[in-house]
Amino acid sequence: MIPAKKNIANWNNYPVVPANEFSFDYSEELPFLLEPAKSMIARGNGRCYGDASLSENVISTLKYHHILFFDKENGIIECESGILFKDLIDFLIPGGWFLPVTPGTKFITLGGAVASDVHGKNHHKEGSFSEHILELKLMTADQEIFTVSKHQNTDLFFATVGGMGLSGLILSVKFRLKKIKTAYISQKQIRTKNLDEVIELFEEYKNFTYTMAWIDCLQQGHKQGRSVMFAGEHTKIEELTVSQQKRPLQIHSRKSLSVPFNLPAFVLNQSSVKLFNSMYYGMHRTKQNAIIDYDSFFFPLDSILHWNKMYGKSGFIQYQFVLPISDGSEGLKKILNKISEKGWGSFLAVLKLFGKQKSLISFPMEGLTLALDFPIRKGIFEFLNELDVIVIDHGGRIYLSKDARMNRETYLKTYQNAEEFQRIIKKYNPGTQFESYLSKRLGLLD
Amino acid sequence: MTEAIIHKQINVLILGATSDMAKALAELLARKGYQLFLASRNIKRLEAFAADLTIRREIKPELIEFDATDFASHQDFYKGLSHRPDWVISFFGYLGDQNLAQQDWAESHKIIDSNYSGMVSILNIVAEDMEKRKQGTIVGVSSVAGDRGRQSNYIYGSAKAALTTYLGGLRNRLYKSGVHVMTVKPGFAATKMTYGLDLPKAITANPHQIAKGIVKGIDKKRNTIYILFVWRFIMLIIKNIPEAIFKKLKL
Ligand SMILES: Cc1cc2nc3c(=O)[nH]c(=O)nc-3n(C[C@H](O)[C@H](O)[C@H](O)COP(=O)(O)OP(=O)(O)OC[C@H]3O[C@@H](n4cnc5c(N)ncnc54)[C@H](O)[C@@H]3O)c2cc1C
Ligand SMILES: NC(=O)c1ccc[n+]([C@@H]2O[C@H](COP(=O)([O-])OP(=O)(O)OC[C@H]3O[C@@H](n4cnc5c(N)ncnc54)[C@H](OP(=O)(O)O)[C@@H]3O)[C@@H](O)[C@H]2O)c1
Repeated sequence: MIPAKKNIANWNNYPVVPANEFSFDYSEELPFLLEPAKSMIARGNGRCYGDASLSENVISTLKYHHILFFDKENGIIECESGILFKDLIDFLIPGGWFLPVTPGTKFITLGGAVASDVHGKNHHKEGSFSEHILELKLMTADQEIFTVSKHQNTDLFFATVGGMGLSGLILSVKFRLKKIKTAYISQKQIRTKNLDEVIELFEEYKNFTYTMAWIDCLQQGHKQGRSVMFAGEHTKIEELTVSQQKRPLQIHSRKSLSVPFNLPAFVLNQSSVKLFNSMYYGMHRTKQNAIIDYDSFFFPLDSILHWNKMYGKSGFIQYQFVLPISDGSEGLKKILNKISEKGWGSFLAVLKLFGKQKSLISFPMEGLTLALDFPIRKGIFEFLNELDVIVIDHGGRIYLSKDARMNRETYLKTYQNAEEFQRIIKKYNPGTQFESYLSKRLGLLD
Repeated sequence: MTEAIIHKQINVLILGATSDMAKALAELLARKGYQLFLASRNIKRLEAFAADLTIRREIKPELIEFDATDFASHQDFYKGLSHRPDWVISFFGYLGDQNLAQQDWAESHKIIDSNYSGMVSILNIVAEDMEKRKQGTIVGVSSVAGDRGRQSNYIYGSAKAALTTYLGGLRNRLYKSGVHVMTVKPGFAATKMTYGLDLPKAITANPHQIAKGIVKGIDKKRNTIYILFVWRFIMLIIKNIPEAIFKKLKL
C-alpha cells in the first residue's frame, strides 16, 4: 500500500514532523503494514500534545471505527479503536448511556483514550478510563492478536493502558457505560480567593461525581491561585423544567466557532492573558445551581474549533503534572510562584483531583493535577526544566500524553515502574517496531 | 394494515460494497431506513460495518458474495436475492497499474473486466428484470477518465469510456419502461483507491459528498452527474482541446 506523505503534528503543533501515514479498514490488512524493521506508531485523532503519536511511519486508525457489540440492557459496548468519542456520545445519549470517563474534548479516539488511559473530572470517584475496560484486543509486533484484561494477559493489559501505543495496536475495546437519565449536568460554581481555599473545596466537594477548577495563575501573594471551581452531577429528571422533561435525553449540538488561522505571537502576551484571566474570574461569580447541557459542561473548548491556532505557528506546550496528595499545596505553590514571577501565565489553567489509581505506566496518582499552556518562545524549555525539578522533588510526574519536551532523567525519576514497563514492552515488541518520537526522546524502550 | 404495506420498503442492492463510496452511501441510506443488500467478493470485510449499521441505524443489511469478474455466477447471484431490488448501485472498479498493464495483458484484462465486462454481465441481468417489472433505478459509477484518453491511465480510462457508453445505451433502452439509469463521474475522490496520491483538495470529493450526490441525482432523475460542479468545466475544457495539441501534452 502507498502511504500518504505528510507533515504532521499533534494538537499543540509542536513538533511538526514528516511522516508516512498508512490507513486501514480491516484488521486483516494490518499484517501488510506491520513489516519488521519499520518504526511505526498508532495514531488516533492527534489530540495529544506532543510526539506520542508521531513517528516516521504512523498507522491512522480513523477508518477503523465500527461499533461491534452493544448490550443496551446492561450498558456494555465494544468498538473498533478508531471511533471518536463524539460519535459514541451521539449514539449513546438518546438511549440513556454515557461514557464512563471523558477528557476535556470529545474529538479523541477510543484507542487514544486507552493508550493514554485518560482521566476526566470524575477521577477521584470513578478512576481513569482503564477502570471501565472489560477487555481489549491488541495486535502486537509479531502480528499476533491478544485479548487482554485485568484478568487475562495482565502484564500486557497494564502495559497497554497508558502505554502510549508501544505495546502494539489496539484493535477493539469492550467497556462498561454509565447509565444517565438526562443529558444535563447540575452544576455548582464557586469562586475562591486563593489556592488554599480551592484545595479545601475539592475536599469539601469530593462526593460530587465531577469537579474541577480553573485557576488564574498570574496572581501573587494572598490572591495566588484564585479560582473558579465547578462541581457537577448528572441531572435528575425532576430537576428539569417541564419542557426539558419532554425530551430529557436530547443531544445538544452547540454552534461552533473556529479560529481560522494561526494568530501572530504578539496576540498572546502577558497583558492579554492577564486581562482574559481577570475577565473570566470576574464573570464567574459563585452560583449555587445551574442546569447546563452535557456538552457545555464536559467539552467547553470544543465549541471553538481549532483553538490551538490561537498560539500561532510555532505552537505551544501543555504542561500537565500531578503532585501526590501528601504534598498538600506546597509544590503547587512553588510552581505557581515561578510562573507568576516569570509572568508567563496561561489561559485556562485547569486543576483537578485524582483519586487512587492502579498504575504501571498510567499518569494519575492520588493527588492534584494542574494543566497549563505555554506558547513556545525563547527560554520556555529551560523554564519548564526548572518546573520539572519541583515536580520531581515533590514526588509527582508529568503526563506523557501532554509531553513534548521532558528529558529521560525526569521520566525515570517520576515513573517508578519504568523498568517493569520496559521489560513487558520488550517481550511483546522485541524489535521496537512500535516506537514514537516520544519513546525515543525518553528512551522508554532503551 | 401494517406499516410495511403503507410505506413500501425500498430495497437497494449495492455492488462492490467495500468501496469507500459504497459504504458512505449505505450509511446514508441506512439512516433513511432503506433495506440494504451489500454485495462484495469479500463479505467478511463487511461484517463489522454491518454490525455497526445494525446497532447504530437499526437496520440489518444482508451480505452476499459477489465477484464482478466471475461472470458465470451472476445469474444465480441475482436470482438468489431475497428481494427484487428497487435500486441497483454499482461501485466496483479497479484502477490498476497503467505501466504494468501496457506490458502485461493479464493486468490489462483485469482492468477491463473489473471496470467494464463485469458491469455488462451483471447489469444485463438487472436490466432484463427491471424492464419486465417496469420500474427501478440503476446507477453505475464510471469516471471522467473515460472522457478522454490520456497516457497516464488510458487502459482504465478506455474501460470506463466503454462503461459510460454502455450506461448511455441502457438509459436509452429502459426509458420507455420507466427504469432510470444514472451515470456517476466522481472526478477525483478521496478513497482507498487514491490513498497516498497527492490529489488537489479543491477538486477532490469525499465519499460522503458522493453518496449525497447520488441520492440527490436519483431523486431528481438526473442522467449523468459529476459530484463537484467544477468537474463539468474541467472536462468541458479537456474535451475541447484539439487532438493535435492534446497528444503532445503530459497528462
Ligand atoms: C482540548 C483537549 C482537552 C484534553 N483533556 C484531557 C483530559 O481532561 N484528560 C486526559 O486524560 N486527556 C486530555 N486530553 C488529551 C487526550 O485525551 C489524549 O491525548 C488522547 O490520547 C488523544 O487521543 P487521540 O485519539 O487524539 O490519539 P493521538 O493523539 O493520535 O495518540 C495519543 C496516543 O495514543 C496512541 N494510540 C492512539 N490510538 C491507538 C491504538 N489504536 N492503539 C494503540 N495506541 C494508540 C498513540 O500512539 C499515542 O501514543 C485533552 C486533549 C485536548 C486537545
Ligand atoms: N477514487 C477516485 O478518484 C475515483 C474517481 C473516479 C471513479 N472512481 C470509481 O469509483 C468506484 C469506486 O471506487 P473507490 O474510489 O470507492 O475505490 P475503492 O474503495 O478501491 O473501491 C473499489 C471497489 O471495487 C471492488 N472490486 C474490484 N474488483 C472487484 C471484483 N472483481 N468483484 C467485486 N468487487 C470488486 C473492490 O472490492 P474489494 O474491497 O473486494 O477489493 C472495491 O470495493 C470505482 O468504480 C472507481 O473506478 C473512483
